[in-house]
Amino acid sequence: MKIPEGLLYSKDHEWVRIDGGMAYVGITDYAQHNLGDIVYVELPALGAALNAGDILGGVDSVKSASDIYTPVSGEVVKVNDELGDAPEKINADAYASWIAVLKMTDASELNMLMDAEAYEEFCASEE
Amino acid sequence: MKRTPLYERHLALGGQMINFGGWELPVQYHGIIKEHEQTRNAAGLFDVSHMGEISVKGPGALRFLQRMVTNDVAAAQDFQAVYSPMCNENGGTVDDLLVYRQDSRSFLLVVNAANTEKDFEWLQSHASGDAEVRNVSDEYAQLALQGPYAERILQKLCDKPLSDIGFYRFRTDVRVAGVTAVVSRTGYTGEDGFELYIRPDKSSEVWDRLLEAGQSDGLMPAGLGARDTLRFEAALPLYGHELSDSISPLEAGLGIFVKLDKEDFIGKSALAKQKAAGLSRRIVGFEMTGRGIPRAQMTVLHHGAAAGVVTSGGFAPSVGKNIGMALVDAGCAAEGTGLDIVIRDKPVMARVVKRPFYCKKYKK
Repeated sequence: MKIPEGLLYSKDHEWVRIDGGMAYVGITDYAQHNLGDIVYVELPALGAALNAGDILGGVDSVKSASDIYTPVSGEVVKVNDELGDAPEKINADAYASWIAVLKMTDASELNMLMDAEAYEEFCASEE
Repeated sequence: MKRTPLYERHLALGGQMINFGGWELPVQYHGIIKEHEQTRNAAGLFDVSHMGEISVKGPGALRFLQRMVTNDVAAAQDFQAVYSPMCNENGGTVDDLLVYRQDSRSFLLVVNAANTEKDFEWLQSHASGDAEVRNVSDEYAQLALQGPYAERILQKLCDKPLSDIGFYRFRTDVRVAGVTAVVSRTGYTGEDGFELYIRPDKSSEVWDRLLEAGQSDGLMPAGLGARDTLRFEAALPLYGHELSDSISPLEAGLGIFVKLDKEDFIGKSALAKQKAAGLSRRIVGFEMTGRGIPRAQMTVLHHGAAAGVVTSGGFAPSVGKNIGMALVDAGCAAEGTGLDIVIRDKPVMARVVKRPFYCKKYKK
């Protein structure tokens, strides 16, 4: 299971990559592995203003549907339309397959997230 | 949780174990879609040892079963397997099962795992002295070998010609890798294939030998996930979804397995009444025309008003569409009717289509 350094992780198995004031959000390799073959991704609306913990979108695997939560507050400024036609890209590379980009409104929220090492321990405790 | 005799094999093969009605079974080994496609195009091997087996024996066995199930077991030949719903007095479905008729005094019923105890008690409570009902689930492991190459793979290990076993026929004297087995040409995938009933202590050996024999034909172990997508594309009902204590086989579209012209059986009068009055609701197949994946329990709307509930739904790998089955008001059951499925609180467009979604010609 891949857990790259330099990203931040939530307990709901989302990852966040910070680029300036922008947060790229996706689901982790652990999440995609547990979901199995992903066949549909529901993307958020552009311009949506979300609070940390709000539903960002959804992901359906063959066996189940799950919600994706945004780990940070902000406005959705970009969505990954590619995933609409090729949701299986999340299985192939979860960390290249960001779901949306949020313009963050509260950088202090990042302190609530885990680094790679802490997330690895968290996943181990979930098993 | 209960484990089948093949538990260790599943772990060794990398199976992702889940709790399925109290049984610890693999939902997948290497991906549901892969296992699904391999079963459609080559062959898949399933451990279905969780299924229940109930024997009915004695001079009154045939008469007893005729009263318990809706299909006509008397019309079946020996060594024929009969699919049948079993109903309660209201016409609701206690279970759907396979009746293996060895002769008129000896039958084996194969029932849904989660219903085994319920079925056994239901049967026993109606049995009289000349039909003995026994729960023999522990005496059998069950493997399903399914797919277009199933016959030629299984034949490599069998001492009897499998081409002699027709659709829904079985033999009890086949040796599979040296182990005596009941072998039937039955399954739950919409493909040709076989189900094997064998001694639990020999099942790992047979499992290994099958995987080995099928390697060159692309045989792959397949989990419960693929079992569900395969049956669902073929529009085969799943108890607890398309059938339940409150859904009748007529409502589920299984009328051909309900013989209202045979002697009395439990539920007959209720079902006859239902048929005469016209069904008020039906199970239909639908496909999504809007974006989204339907799932069991989602609400179905027709012109904005509640019209039913999704019973099974998902992405269908061999059809390449998002499809479902739903129990809806009879007024919106016609092919082509527009429906909305409420997905994540939003109505998404769908329309009623013919079932099955996927259809292959079986060997008859």
